[in-house]
Amino acid sequence: MSEPAHGEPGFWRRYVFSTDHKMIGRQYLFLGLVMALVGAASAYVIRWQLAWPESQIPLTRWIPEPAMYDGHLDPSFYNQLVTMHGTIMVFFVAMPILLGALGNFLLPLMIGADDMALPRLNMMSFWTIFTAAVVLTSSFFVHGGPAAAGWTAYPPLSDDPSYTGVDWGQNLWLLALALEFASFLMGGINFLTTAINMRAPGLGFFRLPLMVWMQLTAAVLFMLSVGPLIAGAVMLLLDRTIGTAFFLPQRGGDPLLWQHLFWFFGHPEVYVVLLPGVGAVLEVLPVFTRKPVFGYRTIVYSTIVSGLLSFIVWAHHMFVAGIDPRLATPFSITTILISVPFAIIVFAMIASLWGGSITFPTPMLFALGFLVTFLVGGVTGIFNGSAAVDIFIHGTYFVVAHFHYTLFPTVFFGGFAGIYFWYPKIFGRMMNEALGKLHFWLTFIGFNATFIPMFLLGMGGHMRRIYNPLQYDFLKPLAPVNQFATLAMILLLLGQIPFVLNFFGSLRYGAKAADNPWGANTLEWQTSSPPPHGNFATPPAVHRGPYDYSLPGAAKDFAPQHRALPAAAARGA
Amino acid sequence: MHGWFPQNISTYGADVDRVFYLIYYIVGFWFVLTQVAIVAFLVRYRRRASVPAVHVRGDRWRELAWVLVPAAVVLVLDLGIDAAGARVWDTVKANLPAGDVHLEVTAKQFEWLVTYPGPDGKLGTADDFTVNSQLHVPQGKNVRVTLRSQDVVHSFFLPNVRLKQDAVPGRSIDLWFNATKTGTYELACAELCGFGHYTMRGVFVVDTPEAYAAWVAQHAAAGGGA
Amino acid sequence: MTTAATVAAGGRIPSGKLAIWWFLASEIMTFGGLLAAFVLCRFAGGGWEDQAAHVNARIAAVNTLVLLTSSLSMVQAHRAVEEGSRGRAATFLLITVLLGLTFLGVKGFEYSREIEHGFTPSTAPFWSFYYGLTGLHALHVLAGVLANAALWIAALRGRGWARVAPRVEYAGLYWHFVDVVWIFLFPLVYLS
Repeated sequence: MSEPAHGEPGFWRRYVFSTDHKMIGRQYLFLGLVMALVGAASAYVIRWQLAWPESQIPLTRWIPEPAMYDGHLDPSFYNQLVTMHGTIMVFFVAMPILLGALGNFLLPLMIGADDMALPRLNMMSFWTIFTAAVVLTSSFFVHGGPAAAGWTAYPPLSDDPSYTGVDWGQNLWLLALALEFASFLMGGINFLTTAINMRAPGLGFFRLPLMVWMQLTAAVLFMLSVGPLIAGAVMLLLDRTIGTAFFLPQRGGDPLLWQHLFWFFGHPEVYVVLLPGVGAVLEVLPVFTRKPVFGYRTIVYSTIVSGLLSFIVWAHHMFVAGIDPRLATPFSITTILISVPFAIIVFAMIASLWGGSITFPTPMLFALGFLVTFLVGGVTGIFNGSAAVDIFIHGTYFVVAHFHYTLFPTVFFGGFAGIYFWYPKIFGRMMNEALGKLHFWLTFIGFNATFIPMFLLGMGGHMRRIYNPLQYDFLKPLAPVNQFATLAMILLLLGQIPFVLNFFGSLRYGAKAADNPWGANTLEWQTSSPPPHGNFATPPAVHRGPYDYSLPGAAKDFAPQHRALPAAAARGA
Repeated sequence: MHGWFPQNISTYGADVDRVFYLIYYIVGFWFVLTQVAIVAFLVRYRRRASVPAVHVRGDRWRELAWVLVPAAVVLVLDLGIDAAGARVWDTVKANLPAGDVHLEVTAKQFEWLVTYPGPDGKLGTADDFTVNSQLHVPQGKNVRVTLRSQDVVHSFFLPNVRLKQDAVPGRSIDLWFNATKTGTYELACAELCGFGHYTMRGVFVVDTPEAYAAWVAQHAAAGGGA
Repeated sequence: MTTAATVAAGGRIPSGKLAIWWFLASEIMTFGGLLAAFVLCRFAGGGWEDQAAHVNARIAAVNTLVLLTSSLSMVQAHRAVEEGSRGRAATFLLITVLLGLTFLGVKGFEYSREIEHGFTPSTAPFWSFYYGLTGLHALHVLAGVLANAALWIAALRGRGWARVAPRVEYAGLYWHFVDVVWIFLFPLVYLS
């Protein structure tokens, strides 16, 4: 249902209970960025503890007992921070920024629509995840503290409070996750319905910007994978509250059942997070190479194939979990097959650079940063996917390094590429280039310096989620590596300050943004910055694909989708 | 490179490492190739005033070959990696040999209870004894371990053997290894199991068969006890 | 404006209907996950037969009939909407609501008898799944009953009916889904 013709809405209707997808997108962005601070703060404490296990951790004296004892970290609280770091980063940073913010803001604009198909459902989806974030944050303050069983919440550790001393914290965790799932289910339904029903005339599916394809695929993956984990979360909650027998062996249950339910969702989930980041990069690249993305249809088909494959690889998280050993080889095969569509997408991105006319403003730097760092994540996936090697590296820092080399590139390099690129459209101002470049280099250097050493730790057998590595003789020689990684991480954290200054400063002091400051083709750039209520003064019709850059014989090196250039030598698309 | 791994003292450890190196060299090649291509393209195709970008869409087979042929090569190499890995996996996890020595290990928060069969060599008899967080094995013999847990999921990790197996409550899981070098090493827990997870360390001693037999006799005589 | 424009675009599925179908897709995965877990645990051994023998297939069969009939009345309600008959739509919506409440009542009676006999969710894994599966299903029935009741009231009132009437079809899709879940649940839990 749309807004009726009306006068100016009041503060609450406009900024808080808005049904306008653009405002909702901004709300998701702020939520994601704020939660990123909480996630980063927990990473800081974790990493300091790993580097100097017996020390007082600076800046933590304000945290009371029993979490910290005058700056000394309690082992339970360490596990709780590890749990909350992962949970917050995946569910309350990555998804809100990439799907909630970029997806919500861009989707209607990119398809030439005036809003989402279901605007009130959209508003409800934001307030649901906001509530979820409040519930999760509140778990820090209940008796026993927040959940302590890892973001993976394996029972029996997560099932029986006597194993961790955490009671309400774990229940609130489950509740927060359930609300988050509901929020993104609502969002996914909205994205899919909108994209199917509200595309501008002439906008066939193969003229959609690749970001839209990525958001839609992510929505489908999420909607079809989250069900079993919702079932599992209900089962875990029932085990914890009314004594059911799903996962506890002493009641006849099976701990491995949870793992199957969790990872059946967990693996498609990482692609839910990955694809929109890839989408942002694929929108930025052609604008700053001034040529089409290479292999549009191939990328679309590869994305769909990888999405399908993502449903049949989940047990590679469980090779040593106690599953029948005969299952390992089939899952190794499906896992390694999934590297093929991703290889195609990466090769296509590289081919997109060939023959370009390349400039390097901040969005492009971050897009390239994604490409360079995601390659590390992709190739190290091969090690983990081989069951034989996984015997050794499972549960070590090799895995931690691998997934940070996939998640961080998509959320931070891909996400920042998107934020820097679309900031003019979202906020109507240009960001500062010098601060942007500084932010990029500090992030790029800090990130690589933090996580490359972790591959070495993993090779050394360094386990995950360990409060004090110095308990083990074989880990003592690795202490300098931990210290180096911690120092690098501090650089990485400090490197975000230019971004914070830039983001808020530009809101006030940035140059006013033109409609199309980058000279781009997609529809969001063919209206004002920010777009008016209703997005387009006149609803556009589409005459071409999204990447008609540098058409031979054309006067300009770009061709917006809603313009049919008479002399275009375009080979139709 | 190899210096980063813990010392390998098991019969199949080198096989596991070899699969690691196989993957390392294959992906290393692709990694270098792609990163060099990226940097080369960024340098070569920087914007120059009068040189427009080339409008190539990559929708013709001739153009796509540049992407699809390398991807096909990746696929073939992937399958080769899987074949090599499958053999090693089967050796370690699927085809368990009969054990010369049979032990029981029960994980619990936050220690390893290791039950030895005593001088008669049979588990479940009166001369069995249990020791807390000390894994003693004879060199050069096939050791079979039946792994259990009393409470939560733990993970039995012998870095020097290249062996890891989760201990799941409600299940008995068999594993095996053969240690080739005497010495003192470590046993670690590799699955988050509570606030004391980081303390769940065991001493792992590989004795000569004679020294092992003597150690067993001594503990059995002392009446065992955890 | 947006939804009407969509429908007016011709040949397109209305947004509300599309949204319901996507929602049902995720619900299929939720119930599917729970059912798959039940089937795998049940038949992986552990002899749940003696526990399972204590459910009452006859009562459940009655409930199956009740639910199937309610799907029929829901279909009639939709047909009434298509034929423009608000009164008949209201009647059939009411019948559907009453049948749904009957289902819930019978379920409640079943639960109370089982609890009396000492079969609670924590008695054994079979019972955990039994209460989990049928309980989750019952919650979905309740949600459907509330939605249908709201539509019934709107049909009685008449004001704004033209805007609300298309939702009878969407609620019908949801209601049929709840019925289909039961059709899978009933044999797996009660008959095998």
